This record gives sequence, C-alpha cells and structure tokens, in this order.
Amino acid sequence: MPEVNFKVFRGNSEGGEEVDYKVEVTEGMVVLDAMFQIQQTKAPDLAIRWNCKAAKCGSCSAEINGKPSLMCKTRLDTLDPSKPVTVRPMRAFPIIKDLVTDVSFNYRVNKTIPPFKPKPGTDWKMLQEDVDRAQEFRKCIECFLCQDTCHVLRDHAKHEQFGGPRWLIRAASLEMHPLDVEDRIPMIREKLGIGFCNITKCCTEVCPEEIHITDNAIIPLKERVVDRYYDPIGKLIRIFTGNK
Amino acid sequence: MAEVRNAPGTQPLTPGKAGLGVTQRQDPWWAEWLGTVVGLGILGVYAFVAAEMGKGQWGPYLSPFYSPEFLQLPKLFHVATLPAGIPIALIPLVVILGFRGTCYYYRKAYYRAFFADPAGCAVGEARTDYAGETRWPWLIQNAHRYFMYLATIALIFLWFDTVVAFFPGVGGHSEFGSVNFGLGSFVMLLNVILLSGYTFGCHSLRHLIGGKNDCMSCEPSRLAGWKAASKFNAKHMQWAWASLFWVCATDLYIRLGGLGYLQHVEKWGGWH
Ligand code: SF4
Ligand code: SF4
Ligand code: FES
Ligand code: FES
Repeated sequence: MPEVNFKVFRGNSEGGEEVDYKVEVTEGMVVLDAMFQIQQTKAPDLAIRWNCKAAKCGSCSAEINGKPSLMCKTRLDTLDPSKPVTVRPMRAFPIIKDLVTDVSFNYRVNKTIPPFKPKPGTDWKMLQEDVDRAQEFRKCIECFLCQDTCHVLRDHAKHEQFGGPRWLIRAASLEMHPLDVEDRIPMIREKLGIGFCNITKCCTEVCPEEIHITDNAIIPLKERVVDRYYDPIGKLIRIFTGNK
Repeated sequence: MAEVRNAPGTQPLTPGKAGLGVTQRQDPWWAEWLGTVVGLGILGVYAFVAAEMGKGQWGPYLSPFYSPEFLQLPKLFHVATLPAGIPIALIPLVVILGFRGTCYYYRKAYYRAFFADPAGCAVGEARTDYAGETRWPWLIQNAHRYFMYLATIALIFLWFDTVVAFFPGVGGHSEFGSVNFGLGSFVMLLNVILLSGYTFGCHSLRHLIGGKNDCMSCEPSRLAGWKAASKFNAKHMQWAWASLFWVCATDLYIRLGGLGYLQHVEKWGGWH
C-alpha cells in the first residue's frame, strides 16, 4: 500500500512543531481519514475537531499544504503524494491544541449584529425572488475558513476593528431581507469595519459552500454604505423624491 | 470598540507574523500574481502613453482614447484648460483611469499585484499599518459610481464614433464616403460591445439598478435590470480584461493606420 508522509502541527498557542507521520493511503481517502489513522496507530493524543465528515458541519477546518481547507473535503488524490503533506491549524485564531483552534472570536462578533426585526403586524408572505439572495448566504456552515484566509484578520490581526467576511454575509442576509426593518448600515461600517475589506476575494476562493461572499454580500453592502455616507448627489435626489 | 473580541486568556494574535511572500502553499499561487502584474503593467503603460501621444485618428476612425472628437479640435487642444490648468483633451484619460481605477475588480487586481495586499491567498504580507479602504487615498474608491456615470456618457460617445465609422456622413466626415464597412469599423464595433459588457456588469450599476431594494419583486422592471446586470457581473473580470485589451488594440490599429502602415487592409472598406 502506498505511503504518504504527513507533517502535522503538534503544540499549543505557546509554540509547537511539525511532526512527521507516515500514513497508508487507500482509495478515496481524505485528509481527515489520515488524521484518524495517525490518532489510531501513532498518536492517540492528536487533537482534531470534527463531526460530520461530510463537509456540512464546518468543524474540521485546517490549513493543508498552506491552503485553508476542510480536512474532510480534501481528497488525498488531489495532493502530490511524492511530497510531504503539511497540516496546520488555522492561523487567524489562537491554538488550543494541535489542530484545534479557539474560534470563539466569531461568536462574539456575531452577538454584536442586531437580529432579525420584522415590522409590527408583518404579513409573512414572501416571494422566492425576494429571498434568493439571503438564501445563498444561509448555506454557510460556519467553518470560518473565510475568516482564516482573510488577510485583515490573518496578517493584520484587526480582530477588534473588523468582523470578517462570515459576519458580513450574515449582516447582508439580514439587511437584504424583505421583511426586516432594522438598520445595520452604521454598525456594518463602524463595528464590522467593512472598509477594512479591500475586496481581494480570498474569502470567496476558500469557501467550501461556494458562496459568492465578495460579489454578492460584501460589495453590495459597500454600495449601501456609499448610499448612506459617500453619495451627496444620491442623497439629495432621495430627499427630493422621498424615496428610501 | 467596547467588546473585546480577542479570545480571553489567550495571547492576542500579532500582526505581520508571516512576512512578505511567506506561505506554506505548494501550488503555483504566484502565477496569477505574475500574470496580473505583467498584463496590467503592459496594458496600463500602453493606454497612458497612447492617450498622451496624439494621432488618435485615421480617416473615419477615432481612437477610443480620443473620444469625443470635439475635445480634440486643435483649438481646444492647445488653448482650453479647465480651471485647475488641466488640458481638456485629458478628460477621456481621467474618466478611463477613474472608472477602471475604482472598479471593484481592478481594485482586487492591483491591490494584489502592486501592493501585495495580499499577493495571494494565505500568502504573507510585509506591511503592518494596514487600514484597507478606511483612509485616504483609498476612500476615493467610494466615488466609483460617479466615475461610472461619466464612463457611461463616454460610452455613448464611443457608440456614436462607431456609427460614424460605418456611416462617416453622420459625423460630418462624408469625405470618407457614405458607407464604410471597413475592418476598422468592426474593430471599433467589437470595442464598444466589450466596453458595454464591462460597464453593464459594474457592481455600482448592479446596486443602483435594483440591488439596493430589499423587496425585489416590488419593482419588477428593476428586478429584471438587476438580473441582467448580475449576468454580466458574474463575468466582470473577463469583461474587464477583454475590454482593456481590445481598447488598446483598437487604438493601436487606428494609430498604425494613421501612420500609414495599414492602407491596403482598408481598401475594401471603401474610403481610400
Ligand atoms: S475580500 Fe475582503 S473579507 Fe474577503 S478575504 Fe479579502 S479582505 Fe477579507
Ligand atoms: S462563508 Fe463559506 S468559508 Fe465562510 S464560514 Fe461560511 S461556509 Fe465557511
Ligand atoms: S467534519 Fe464536518 S465539515 Fe469536515
Ligand atoms: S465594478 Fe468594475 S466597473 Fe464598476
């Protein structure tokens, strides 16, 4: 049976190193299977987080050969078996142990987004075309790979000023909802810090749900921020025509 | 910010941990970066030089960098300046640069290519004072829709120039015949088609035409406009490259013709 060499990060937020493990490869194997084999045969204390092994729970995010990916969605036959495969924890979050990171930052950002607020006495009928946009964003499995790859968090560590792409799509799904009346534009600008995003689209590149994060959520929100803060002529027209 | 978002009890992550170009990626991520640097570099420099050089006209054909024609009247070219001392003949260049420079696609392309911000996904960066588009000069990106309005006006002139290429009399150039189905006419036609596809996929236009509505079905005509713009928008990058390349090719064609290198090709066009 062919063997592939894995270099897996072992350590915690204080530090650590890549440890070599040989894994026997069988057909159809994914990187998460390789981690199971290492746990079963070589390192029972290897920490990994996983749940579904079906690319639906968003738990098994890691960096495989430097690319933020789901371990359960990365087949070994897509990797070069002649080179060692590196598996490291997500870099934008503090490491708890080995491949497990502390992603609680995300839940704290989420709490700052005002929830869905319907009009009093809402008629709950909606047409499909009115919710199409929000439904794309609802596909999110909260794997936080987009957060991990976003250079604003990953390289510039702007966790206090920038909420990250996952939360901009959540804000977009609420803002674009036909029955929601809450106004989140000021918080999208100031608290989620949308101006920090320079639309370089890495979030879109890594999203396993193939959500068009930048084109369909962030840029439309940036345009809404422009409507509010940077478009004096548009504002005048709205005042005179009484349109929203 | 009142909330503390960094995980309590852990070290806050420090910026700039990796360093420029540092990555564990093994795939050739730099190929896209290099392609963008070379492509944008060559076409950008060409456009700039071409717009400065003059000689943007050949028979009934007008280079897109010199449209609309009335800006190029010798009198205006030499005498007329805007209050800031900017020659009027530079207006087309300012519109083109402003529109493309603040375009959401090109922003991605040049932030990555020329600012390495980031050069590739999960590839390290050098700078530690990043502020994204929250500060000058990048706040100017918020004016993209205004450049889009100007570019749309310019596009109307370009369509007019194309009609003039086919029917020179329309533009007061009947010395080149009444009908001219020359190669140059088709070069110009493809140019305006590509520029229209690029402009119609603009994110700002997509927003203004209907994307800003929450209730899409409340205004069916705007929903239809948004759907159409979304189709073009999905391929905005491709339109951006194709139209940039072809705008330069159109200028080159007309320039070479104007310098006398292409006479024979236009023989069957009818104006020689
Ligand atoms: S497009 Fe914006 S949010 Fe997405 S990775 Fe790039 S900077 Fe981050
Ligand atoms: S948007 Fe995509 S990459 Fe980001 S958390 Fe959701 S599923 Fe993961
Ligand atoms: S284990 Fe659920 S997404 Fe990988
Ligand atoms: S977004 Fe590219 S032209 Fe407007």
